[in-house]
Amino acid sequence: MNINTKAMSLHKIQSEKNPQTLSLAMLPELDSLLRGSSQQQTCVDQILTLWIDKTLLIPALKLLKGMQQPFDLLFDLYAVDERLRLDKNTIPAKDFTLIYQLMSVSRNQDIRLKVALPQDQAHISTITGFWPSANWYEREAWDLFGIVFDDHPNLYRLLLPPTFKGHPLRKEFPGRATETEPFSLDDERLAIEQEALKFDPKRWGMEENNKNNDYMFLNLGPNHPSVHGVFRIALQLNGEHIINSVPDIGFHHRGAEKIAERQTWHGFIPYTDRIDYLGGVMNNFPYILAIEQLANIQVSERVKCIRIMLAECFRILSHMLFFGTFAQDVGQLSPIFYLFIDREKLFGIIEAITGARMHPSWFRIGGLAQDLPQGWDRMMQEFIDEFPKKLDEYEVMVMHNSILKRRAVGIGKYNTQEALDWNITGAGLRATGLNLDLRKTRPYSGYENYEFEVPTANNGDAYDRCQLRIDEMRQSVKIIQQCINNMPQGDFKTDHPLTTPPNQRSKQDIETLIQHFLNVSWGPVMPKGESCFAVEATKGINAYTLISDGSNTSYRTRIRTPSFAHLQMIPKMAKGLMVADLIVILASIDFVMADVDR
Amino acid sequence: MIELTSLLTPLAILIVLLLAAAWSTWLERRLLGIWQDRLGPNRVGPFGLFQVIADMIKIFTKDDWIPPFADKALFVIAPMILMIMTLLGFAIIPFSPDIQITEFDNALLFVLALSSLSVYSIMLAGFSSNSKYALLGALRTTAQMLSYEVFMGLALMGVVVIAGSFSLNDIVHAQSQYWFILSQPLGFLLFLFAGVAESHRAPFDLPEAETEIVAGFHTEYASMKFGMFFIGEYLGVIFISALITTLYFGGWQGPFLPPIVWFTLKTVFFVMFFILLRAAIPRPRYDQLMSFGWSILLPLALLNLLLTAVWKLTIGV
Repeated sequence: MNINTKAMSLHKIQSEKNPQTLSLAMLPELDSLLRGSSQQQTCVDQILTLWIDKTLLIPALKLLKGMQQPFDLLFDLYAVDERLRLDKNTIPAKDFTLIYQLMSVSRNQDIRLKVALPQDQAHISTITGFWPSANWYEREAWDLFGIVFDDHPNLYRLLLPPTFKGHPLRKEFPGRATETEPFSLDDERLAIEQEALKFDPKRWGMEENNKNNDYMFLNLGPNHPSVHGVFRIALQLNGEHIINSVPDIGFHHRGAEKIAERQTWHGFIPYTDRIDYLGGVMNNFPYILAIEQLANIQVSERVKCIRIMLAECFRILSHMLFFGTFAQDVGQLSPIFYLFIDREKLFGIIEAITGARMHPSWFRIGGLAQDLPQGWDRMMQEFIDEFPKKLDEYEVMVMHNSILKRRAVGIGKYNTQEALDWNITGAGLRATGLNLDLRKTRPYSGYENYEFEVPTANNGDAYDRCQLRIDEMRQSVKIIQQCINNMPQGDFKTDHPLTTPPNQRSKQDIETLIQHFLNVSWGPVMPKGESCFAVEATKGINAYTLISDGSNTSYRTRIRTPSFAHLQMIPKMAKGLMVADLIVILASIDFVMADVDR
Repeated sequence: MIELTSLLTPLAILIVLLLAAAWSTWLERRLLGIWQDRLGPNRVGPFGLFQVIADMIKIFTKDDWIPPFADKALFVIAPMILMIMTLLGFAIIPFSPDIQITEFDNALLFVLALSSLSVYSIMLAGFSSNSKYALLGALRTTAQMLSYEVFMGLALMGVVVIAGSFSLNDIVHAQSQYWFILSQPLGFLLFLFAGVAESHRAPFDLPEAETEIVAGFHTEYASMKFGMFFIGEYLGVIFISALITTLYFGGWQGPFLPPIVWFTLKTVFFVMFFILLRAAIPRPRYDQLMSFGWSILLPLALLNLLLTAVWKLTIGV
């Protein structure tokens, strides 16, 4: 009896910790809509996954979006090419699967709808009509998989150049340059490429003139001082007023998702660092957690604590750069230098711990690359004693400046509903007053044991977005302090056959040595399954969805990055404002082009 | 002999000014470096002083490229206009009782005329470049300079009323009792704002706001033609500083030290102040700058003129 209640209470705690456990019975409207036509799939991430018929998709999505306690965030939309799956017979789809993953803020639950598409009829109707943020996601799926979305307003290539042939995330498309013809740019091809680059306002959905005036079209980027990387915005201007703006992305596309299908599970870790290149180990976090969820690997408290500490360090590092560039883009030249000096100090600590500065690739499956070095706590303590005072000073210098306030207050404003419609997460969403932080709502890696607040603001403008990130830095300092005070003892790597690097036993025992040898040469073989893990990254919610068919590489790795969604909202935010306001908006979004294009 | 000195003085002043403008780039970079917790150029020569020479060699040997889509004649003339207009302005500045190129009664009007003319340089540069960023920059500059011209002129009138003359020499002599900064504090502030805007320096550097419109009107310029804009900007800063010194801070007057030293010290102080502004203040938006000018500075300038006139008529100095 006693044991039973214990088990009950344990179960209760677990379900509280895992709020995403959702069943179809909890959604009676959806159940009656589907009338038993759906097929449920069990995934290791416990997200309710339903295979539904193509014709039922739009009613189902509309229902979920409009119901009581709605699924208001189109968290992700992506495709999978199922044709080469080893465990193909376990799933209904023969060729392609289209996955719509929704998140409900009020329920704190996710749902995943899957639609099977045969190769000869790989088309489906668009959902941009009622879910504006689907636009780019659908274009991406068309670009990379060739899935046609009927009635889509502009189904053009998004990440790849307009002249690109083929759909590279399809399995038949070669993943290595050596498998293709060597690239050459002869005159004929050059002419074709040049022709494709010509700017045609109509193709971008802009009119050249109206009755009264001709518009000016300004090409902001891909090389421009304040687009932070290679990002292009085509502007339709009337004087300096923005009539329309169309972001153009893809200049930083490296096919990270394709690379993930070729690298071993372990070998892909360094690639994740470079997705949001200011996030460092923050990118390892969702990837590693998704793998550990897939393979059911438990890590020690020490590992959890170190991971959190490093991740919060990178949150501070990323926010510092954001803060400095924000001030610089508004025309304040000095703060960036002060922040770089502090950043340098923190990078010094990161370097002392991990051996690298921006891209440590330090998390491992089931642990970390190394234990903390001696004296790490003293260095870290020194920094967090000193940094908040400096931050106060910088805050006065930048945020209390009346010119900056005039430039940023009320600029690029949106409300919570708009933010959710456009798939905005992170500080951009919290600035509208909605308190959504995965560290609080779905604590991972032991965040529930830390005391910190989630700052929010009410206006949802550029100024609030900047102010929030400053407050977040203070909370991160608080978390790091708790890590220093309560660093648990324990192993820095779990004793599990799939973890790397190997444990000491491999030197004595031939079986573990073989396992080690295979893990290193082939790479560890992960069990079959689907695992999605989302973390509150520096710029918003970053999630990795891994589909394993039981081999040494992932069958499909989907990287859901926050910046991708955020850039899509620029036209809405910038409409009617001036070019100088657009710069403030861009600065306040805090995006990294590598994070957008992957 | 007299003819020779009358030729040599302008030449000497010209050379000194150009060198001063060149070295003020070094001064700016070093000061910004110090204020921004870094070093600035400190490698070439003592304190990095020869950095300017290295930069000059670089800028002179760069490809003097004229974009094929530009209007060649105007494109070449534009930077010259700026240099010439700014340099001409120095002709009437009394550097010391004996060092002055020329002197005439309406010197202050001459200054205003020149600063109006230098707008052409920027306008032509922007239009002849035939580039969108240059065009936006030129539009901003033209609007900004024309508006701030108005307040500049009105702010100066306070000084003219008190001194009772447009001649800079008379104005300097009128300050032998007290500096005009004491009787014209508001006028000084207005003139300072207008001066910063006229020389389009940060925070009023909207014409070349690099985070917004790349390099503004001189986006397409390279080599020495860019150098002329660059040096022209620093000449403008020195000119405005020299004017502030002359009009509000007693010109070359001061105890113990020779007049030219006083004049230089005061001017360098204001040049440094211009640089400090750049290190400290963010940039307002273009329309905010314009409305600040027309709805705040203009009424204040008129008020200042009115009060000065009332003071002059009632108390009479």
